[in-house]
Amino acid sequence: MHPLISISNLSKTYESGFQALKNVNLEIRKGEILAMLGPNGAGKTTLISIICGIVNPSAGTVTIAGNDIIRDFRATRSMIGLVPQELTTDAFETVWATTRFSRRLFGKRSDPAFLEKVLRDLSLWDKKDDMLMTLSGGMKRRVLIAKALSHEPEILFLDEPTAGVDVELRKDMWRLVETLRESGVTVILTTHYIEEAEAIADRVAVINHGEIILVEDKAELMRKLGKKQLTLELHKKLDSVPNRLSTYGLELASEGMQLIYTYDIHADRTGITALLADLAKSRIKFRDLKTTQSSLEDIFVTLVKEPT
Amino acid sequence: MNIHAIRAIYYFEMARTGRTLLQSVVAPVISTALYFVVFGAAIGSRITEIDGISYGAFIVPGLIMLSLLMQSVTNASFGIYFPKFVGTIYELLSAPVSFLEIVIGYVGAAATKSIILGLIILATAHLFVPLQIAHPVWMLLFLVLTAITFSLLGFIIGIWAGNFEQLQIVPLLIITPLVFLGGSFYSVNMLPPFWQKVTLFNPVVYLVSGFRWSFFEISDVGVGLSLSMIGLFLVICLATVWWIFKTGYQIKS
Repeated sequence: MHPLISISNLSKTYESGFQALKNVNLEIRKGEILAMLGPNGAGKTTLISIICGIVNPSAGTVTIAGNDIIRDFRATRSMIGLVPQELTTDAFETVWATTRFSRRLFGKRSDPAFLEKVLRDLSLWDKKDDMLMTLSGGMKRRVLIAKALSHEPEILFLDEPTAGVDVELRKDMWRLVETLRESGVTVILTTHYIEEAEAIADRVAVINHGEIILVEDKAELMRKLGKKQLTLELHKKLDSVPNRLSTYGLELASEGMQLIYTYDIHADRTGITALLADLAKSRIKFRDLKTTQSSLEDIFVTLVKEPT
Repeated sequence: MNIHAIRAIYYFEMARTGRTLLQSVVAPVISTALYFVVFGAAIGSRITEIDGISYGAFIVPGLIMLSLLMQSVTNASFGIYFPKFVGTIYELLSAPVSFLEIVIGYVGAAATKSIILGLIILATAHLFVPLQIAHPVWMLLFLVLTAITFSLLGFIIGIWAGNFEQLQIVPLLIITPLVFLGGSFYSVNMLPPFWQKVTLFNPVVYLVSGFRWSFFEISDVGVGLSLSMIGLFLVICLATVWWIFKTGYQIKS
């Protein structure tokens, strides 16, 4: 399947000399939800800003549905809705006026019925005549989303959409993204919240120091890099791991009261049965056991960890 | 062409005027009335006529030009500077809108407001002095061309300005002195020969002179020269705006 967005050898160096993007290559499929993860200053916002036309690229190309973002800017930009990271709004405008403005700015005829639906979906209908300056931060965030959706985009960029919003709005946002996906909208979101990517993304791209380190299906990523650990709460304290158990790579924790065994869940043999048998032979008793799987956050931290 | 976008920007800007009616319309009208009191009544009692025109009537084109220039520059510069300042310019830059369409929207609205204001001031002036316009079509042409040209200049200033102080510098420190020294309240012929020559370097002289000719058929410089100079300023402003958008100066990094 042809990618909807194709980014080739994209680089950006600002006038200050800071290189925000280094030869980025990325393809985004139609209808998917791609989460871009990366620490502050990684280049996430610069990448989005270039695709949307806010920042000029230094080198490389971006095409959307085969159209170049610079040469065919009308075709590409009319497909995109952008929710920026900052809460930038016209303080003296009403919710209704600013949403209608956005729709028309993107070349669409006024459609009060559609705008009403957008505002109702975002729980903004009651606020439609309120000036933006009177709204809370969470409500302003909803207005920015309404503006981005007002022209019925095929692609939605959400730049840190849930930064600084309460849990309720975050969950609302996730539901909205799911609804958009069902209607065929491609969603690209940047986030600091790993749980957000874990909850709603189909694929994850990790960006650091202006480079895409990894792009992978989320499930595949967690399968490949995800580890599972078996933690045994011991009955008696151990000073060291007995030699008989040395082949398992066990780790002693909690001052000798825990044994931790790390294994690959996808391997033919996990070694758990053999370990438990050897523990019995070594007369090591345990009171409790539990298994845990590494989260996307663990994976992310490992990927972007500075070499020491 | 994205007509919907042009109209959206235009109406957005016009709506802003509606919200700031006192500042946008009432204040300039009051200022003009005060000019009439000071210049028309106080000075007009000493200078009764210039080139056969009563002094009160003589200064009307200059007063209109003063407001027209100031309001064109202020409206257009603020119109584009404010989205830069609050950050909403992201939406303009990410919309399927060409730079020409952005300029038409902002400059069109700023020029419209200035022209309306100019006509209001003309009506206000008519309350103070009897007026007749010899060439109304030419008067409107000068009014429209000047409003567009200086709205373009204001747009450039709004793009260039990095803070509110810079936004105010050009109107206050350049436009106002040029208008006052550009024959708004006197005929250039009243100056000593040396200063007459110096005055010709002031672009506002040509605007006021041409505009005044459309009222009274008297002018300090030829009408053709006035029109040519307005045309030249217009071309310079258009070229500068084109360069700004081509390079992304102060808008895109």
